[in-house]
Amino acid sequence: MALELQLISPVEVAKDFALAVQEYTLLAGQSLTNFFRRPLYMGDMLQQADLIGVGSLPIVVLTGLSVGALLALNSASTLQRFGGITLIGQLVSLGMVTELGPLITGLMVAGRNASGMASELGSMIVTEQIDAMRALGTDPTKKLVTPRVGATAFMLFFLTIIADLLGLIGGWGVAHLLFGLDTQQYWTSVWQILVFRDVFTGLIKPILFGFIIATVGCYYGISTRGGTQGVGRSTTQAVVASSVLILLVDFFVTKLIFAVFGYR
Amino acid sequence: MAAPTLPREEERPELAALPGSAIEFENVSIAFDEKVVLSDISFKLLHGETKAVFGVAGSGKSTLLKLAMGLIRPDSGRITVLGEEVTAMTENELFALRRRLGIVFQESALFDSMKVYQNVAFRLIEEKVSTEEIERRVREVLRFVELENTYDMRPSELSGGMRRRVAIARAIVTEPSVLLYDSPTGGLDPVTSNTIVELIMKQRDVYKTSALMVTHRLQDAFTMATHQFDKATNQMIALPKGQLADVPMSFLILREGKVIFDGDAHQLANSRDEYIREYIS
Repeated sequence: MALELQLISPVEVAKDFALAVQEYTLLAGQSLTNFFRRPLYMGDMLQQADLIGVGSLPIVVLTGLSVGALLALNSASTLQRFGGITLIGQLVSLGMVTELGPLITGLMVAGRNASGMASELGSMIVTEQIDAMRALGTDPTKKLVTPRVGATAFMLFFLTIIADLLGLIGGWGVAHLLFGLDTQQYWTSVWQILVFRDVFTGLIKPILFGFIIATVGCYYGISTRGGTQGVGRSTTQAVVASSVLILLVDFFVTKLIFAVFGYR
Repeated sequence: MAAPTLPREEERPELAALPGSAIEFENVSIAFDEKVVLSDISFKLLHGETKAVFGVAGSGKSTLLKLAMGLIRPDSGRITVLGEEVTAMTENELFALRRRLGIVFQESALFDSMKVYQNVAFRLIEEKVSTEEIERRVREVLRFVELENTYDMRPSELSGGMRRRVAIARAIVTEPSVLLYDSPTGGLDPVTSNTIVELIMKQRDVYKTSALMVTHRLQDAFTMATHQFDKATNQMIALPKGQLADVPMSFLILREGKVIFDGDAHQLANSRDEYIREYIS
């Protein structure tokens, strides 16, 4: 049998991409406007909050603690060389609160939940459950997408705070136990270095990341085509796209906040 | 199987007397990726009538139901359901209309994360019906499909035939004016198929619901055309030849995206079209 290699036209690829962006934008917009349209599925939102928030807690605790400890460990040797080991608290604090806390938590939750949402909604598509929901007079974006968006944004906010705190504890562990830094000195420097802008940056990001994770996960789930193989493809794409989008948005949000509040 | 004889449609005054039609397709066409699935389709489903839709695999039967529900939109043509033009409605307007319709999907499409009673009660929960009323109606409708014992079970614990009956229960719990069945007996054993045919017949004869029934099984449709549900004995009974006119049953055959037959069993049995004769033989 002759193997035929089909070449895809770049125009078609560009058209498909533009269509995907348009559909994603519409879904994301609809998921937000649904918050102002009845019915609001609070029960579903709480259930999702439990799945996303409580379910992601162990992984967030573990990564938060590790990242804080590693940040302290890696920077300590350099700081020690210049006699600045007392600055370790400031470094861990700034790094965790403004950048690593939200980013690592976002990426972890993206890996866990964007894939979960894509596979769940994708399976519902291939088994016609989404069509059944529409046929029963219920808007799937209201019933399935909006609760996931609300729950992810809400829970990621608190998960990030937990990750930040555990990162600081991890940093303290390394600074105190391995480098003999005084506990009070560490926590004072942690506290004193932070200004409103840092806390604002660190808390606005998880809300945006949560929105990205849920909308991307739901978009890939709802646009699943091609049976079970399609579900697998959607799951992978959801994780990749949400992770890339989180990194991109992180860069631009940081840049925007610097532009608005000025550099330190 | 020998086709039974039924009088012509114009001899059924009770259907002709009803104003308008439950579903009307006018010159409807749809194509997927340049493959024409339905081309210039026109037909009417009268109030209280059940129309069996036949055709080989890929002839657009399921597409026809999804178009009637407004789940997909045609490329051209006009579809009217219960007097409302589906093709001119927005998705939000369609949600309201769909609440007056019921559909049984080919693979049942039960929500697998929910229990049987939650599946059946889905619409009622959405409408904020009281808990007591929901329980009463769900039990009643599960009793109707003879599956009351599955109330607390999950869809994964049910057999294919049971899932199909739960899907019927979910479709009829709100007492819709129109029911759409997508291969309700497909892939089921003859005994279970017969049970489902009896349920559809019960819906037609007891509740006078209009229905479009997509099927591959000609014998199911002929059973429906030659039997009537007897409420007193709670089972279907074969009608004597003289009373076949009382059954509001018609047939629609699709071939390569076009309607090649639309009429009653009598017309079908007497059709001279070679393809139809081969199909029903």
